[in-house]
Amino acid sequence: MCNYIPIEEAKKTYEKNAKGVIKRVVICSGTGCVANGSLDIKDKFLEILNNLGHNAIVELKKEEEGIHISGSGCQGFCQMGPLVTILPEKIMYCKVSIEDVEEIVNESIVNDGLVERLVYELPSTGEKYAKQDDIPFYAKQDRFILKQCGMLNPEDINEFIAQGGYEAAKKACTVLGQEEICNVIQDSGLKGRGGGGFPTGLKWEFTRRNESDKKYVICNGDEGDPGAFMDRSVMEGNPHSIIEGMLVCAMAIGADEGYVYVRAEYPLAVKRVKHAVEAAEKAGILGDNIFNSGKSFKITVMEGAGAFVCGEETALMSSIEGNRGMPMPKPPFPAEKGLFGKPTVINNVETLASIGPIMQMGPDKFKSLGMETATGTKTFALTGHVVNTGLIEVPFGTTLRHIIANIAGGVVDAEGNIVGTDFKSVQIGGPSGGCLTQEHLDLPLDYDSLKSVGAMVGSGGLVVMNKSTCMVEIARYFMEFTQNESCGKCVVCREGTKQMLNLLTDITEGRATVDTINLLEELAKVVQKGSLCALGKTAPNPVISTLKYFRDEYMEHVTDKKCRAGECDALKNYKVIENKCIGCGLCARKCPVNAIEGEKKKPHLIDVDKCIKCGACIDSCKFSAIIVE
Amino acid sequence: MEKIRKFERVCEIINEYNYDASKLIPILSAVQDEYRYLPEEVMTFVATSLNVAPAKVFGVASFYSHYTLKPKGKYVVKICDGTACHVKKSMDVLDAIKEFLNLTDDDMTTNDMMFTVETVSCLGTCGLAPAIMVNDKVYGLLDREKVVKVLENIKAGEEE
Repeated sequence: MCNYIPIEEAKKTYEKNAKGVIKRVVICSGTGCVANGSLDIKDKFLEILNNLGHNAIVELKKEEEGIHISGSGCQGFCQMGPLVTILPEKIMYCKVSIEDVEEIVNESIVNDGLVERLVYELPSTGEKYAKQDDIPFYAKQDRFILKQCGMLNPEDINEFIAQGGYEAAKKACTVLGQEEICNVIQDSGLKGRGGGGFPTGLKWEFTRRNESDKKYVICNGDEGDPGAFMDRSVMEGNPHSIIEGMLVCAMAIGADEGYVYVRAEYPLAVKRVKHAVEAAEKAGILGDNIFNSGKSFKITVMEGAGAFVCGEETALMSSIEGNRGMPMPKPPFPAEKGLFGKPTVINNVETLASIGPIMQMGPDKFKSLGMETATGTKTFALTGHVVNTGLIEVPFGTTLRHIIANIAGGVVDAEGNIVGTDFKSVQIGGPSGGCLTQEHLDLPLDYDSLKSVGAMVGSGGLVVMNKSTCMVEIARYFMEFTQNESCGKCVVCREGTKQMLNLLTDITEGRATVDTINLLEELAKVVQKGSLCALGKTAPNPVISTLKYFRDEYMEHVTDKKCRAGECDALKNYKVIENKCIGCGLCARKCPVNAIEGEKKKPHLIDVDKCIKCGACIDSCKFSAIIVE
Repeated sequence: MEKIRKFERVCEIINEYNYDASKLIPILSAVQDEYRYLPEEVMTFVATSLNVAPAKVFGVASFYSHYTLKPKGKYVVKICDGTACHVKKSMDVLDAIKEFLNLTDDDMTTNDMMFTVETVSCLGTCGLAPAIMVNDKVYGLLDREKVVKVLENIKAGEEE
């Protein structure tokens, strides 16, 4: 069987077909923008251009002159979506609606003008930026993995090839030896991006050395951390980069079968990866006799069924085998006994997406990015109380201050205004990570530095929180999550997380004493020590780190029964401000438990023992005379 | 008659996966797509066809949150309570949904089998927090009023 189209030829054909493109409109089709209607916008562009008599090209199939309309993966700036970029000028329009399409066509496509009102405006200064590369959110990043993510049409394999894609895979299949590939990856210093930070090259080398009739490569796309969506964006935006990484890995270790395990909550990612696998099979890049090398590699895309613990490698493999996703003790490591008992490499999406570029640029150039102990870049999902939320990428060693101030555009208060003094904490690494404070803002981000302060890179969730967030409540929230997701295999994890959650709830609901905090701390250590997998081992991290950096807030909750952020309902106290209250009696009538008393036209009083803290009085008062303490 | 047709489709699904017990998860997902839940007799049928114990199939079905053993509504509303949504008050949005659809914590499916509401840990659309997903469609940057409007529109579309 040989239906293989040489990639050089595919590249040339693409370039030839692209020659006639006068302008290109890239409409972000990541989940965020699709949710805001970007697909309808794409159709509108086609409709208007066709009505005006222009040749609108959806797929570059032949040599023709016209305007190329394409979708792209997530461009990262989700909050400003739907995003529309006009090439070659790279003008970026934000929050585009269907009604704006006609104006864009007239101004920027037919002519070379600008629709001023749709251009990004920096909220702090009001300055406008027309070009994508100039917008501070992008200009302050170092996009390496994500570079192609927001530009490429993820459903066009030829465009990926035209950008140099699959060249590394071809080299790996035809020229390089197994050991050579492993050495390149080891030299690059690439570490697993899924959280653990184990050197990727070493993992490959171990698997390569284990002799077996069958080996597997697995791409772990079970991105379950709440607050993280980097892997989803790569799977949706540049699925071929993952396939290339898997193919290189397969050649390095001698595997002929691979699985991409994608979370059930990511239907678009499943669709795009499946589409990419089919396209690669058609082009002869997957299947038998790849690149006429006589080697085979097949990929199956598997959808998860909703279990956070399946992000753990041994649990993920159980899941592929059709079992409950429960972790196994290690050793034996997957490199020795993995999927169906065979040697297996299991890598995270971002790790695999880095492979192609590393092979192409060489390990030395890759090492020049980032730090000595952590080479390359890392993507982070930046969310929470900041001006710009979205997907970002920075070299290792970047400080949190740079990310929050320059890329995120600063912290906002509860009303969404930038005041400059509202920063409270940043939660990094999801439920396994920790909460950092002001004093860590200048810490260079890498695996070791974060570990030393009780957090971790994790998969890269970065949630910035302002002063309206209660740290005890955040710890409770994460504990609720891990307690829910504990698979139940280890007793200390199953029961321990439950008890920790109870203790934390006692604190937020005002039933706790100082002993509660001590017990919580003691239990946290037990859960850390007595659990088998990383889920249980790291589950107490949010509690331990908040106890370390925000202990006074815990103490306030137990001794003064006060929540300074005003988030814990049970600790709220409603109070009437005497000089504001005119004694109209409206609140007293609204109160469902008759806790408000007072004479007409005289300041009223709230009986704290009767009050159920429902907030009805505040809503009813027309004079803002009732406050919460 | 209805039952026979039911199992016919299950047979097709199992056939597509070559009676391979290691494909249990994709098989159950496909079965659930068909019936919107996993009826007990269908699970037993799957187990027998794959030559594994019914307890194993039930064990897998009850382990993963994607599977449901009770019938679900036509529209499954997944409300995200990931970190980003949580700090942006996703629980207020949930309260608004529950109020609008008259749901209680014990029963999150409407009587007319139109809506089922679930809380999920993260939809991965953190840039649009707080967000919900109705079947496969994501709605973001919501608040109490906006979410009610989304549900009203779905209801209106159904009545047409």
